Amino acid sequence: MTTPDPVVPAPPISSGDLAWLRERLILDADSAGLLDVAYRTLDTPVGALLLAATTEGLVRVAYLTDGPDDILADLAERVSPRLLEAPHRLDAAATQLDEYFRGRRVTFDLALDLRLTTGFRRDVIAHLPDIAYGHTASYAQVAASAGSPRAVRAVGTACAKNPLPVVVPCHRVVRSDGSIGQYVGGIDAKRILLDLETVA
Amino acid sequence: MAAPRRERRSPARAGPLPPFEHIVVVHGPTVLRVCRALLGRVDADDAWSETFLSALRAYPDLAPGTNLEAWLVTIAHRKAIDVHRAHRRNPIPTDTLPDRAATTAPPGDGDGDDELWTRVAALPFMQRAALVYHYVGGLPYTEIAGILGNSAAAARRAAADGRAALRRRYSVDTGSAP
Repeated sequence: MTTPDPVVPAPPISSGDLAWLRERLILDADSAGLLDVAYRTLDTPVGALLLAATTEGLVRVAYLTDGPDDILADLAERVSPRLLEAPHRLDAAATQLDEYFRGRRVTFDLALDLRLTTGFRRDVIAHLPDIAYGHTASYAQVAASAGSPRAVRAVGTACAKNPLPVVVPCHRVVRSDGSIGQYVGGIDAKRILLDLETVA
Repeated sequence: MAAPRRERRSPARAGPLPPFEHIVVVHGPTVLRVCRALLGRVDADDAWSETFLSALRAYPDLAPGTNLEAWLVTIAHRKAIDVHRAHRRNPIPTDTLPDRAATTAPPGDGDGDDELWTRVAALPFMQRAALVYHYVGGLPYTEIAGILGNSAAAARRAAADGRAALRRRYSVDTGSAP
């Protein structure tokens, strides 16, 4: 037989090597102004949340019921594809959410980037933090405070499409008859949040 | 020519770009293997870092349908050429010889392929690049031709010459067929 060909094998690499290179890429990207969107996940009593921030502030909080792929694809398309899992930028948000879920924080002190919501929905989102911790408001009341008392249904849509649930408290908006209404993270999550705020 | 020129297209893109995170997770390991096979461990880490930072910068303007692996290897290739030229331009003085040796050190962890890697490192740059992009990067010769700036036939020939040289050296080194 002929001599076997010494074909070039793939050099071995370790996950530690790649982890280190990733860290370095995140640092380099951030200092070069190329880390448009940083994200991380956070385990909470209402399930895993995805947190994402631009250089301007927190841009997205999302319930991870169906995994992160659709949420990340949406962020890549609507904000920027320069998107990396880079937890450091979310340190303050994660800490404050932790404190909130332990009942030790009643308001969030975070820069918010509201670019994922526009028009009337944005007006609604901007007014939601006026509903104080431990209180609720009806969809009709929120519509009135946003200056469009008849836009009750649109308030429901704005809450359902809130890009920053928990931090922007759409869970405090309930039906006029006192029933709990819908929630982007599911009724159970809404109940947990409202109970947390009542007990604390 | 290098990679196919990418034009800026503002309105219509065939499909949205996946998050760059996905590119790092899917292609990071292969690009690191390619860099190591081509440059050795020390220069490979820098080449990988520079490749992915450059890629991140250019990413939003990437044309739809681009072969991502070939695109990344194209960028890595330019970094490798820079390293290669720097070593040729600045012959390392005797007192820093260990550094020089490190740049062509085997990319493995002494797991038995080290002899082969030393022989790969001794090949002419084009032969080494063609071999590595094909066998480590898994790229077809048509893509490799785009990266090396030659034809698919020339890229295939460079790889074949490299393989022949490795085979010859193997026989010489061991004095027999393996």
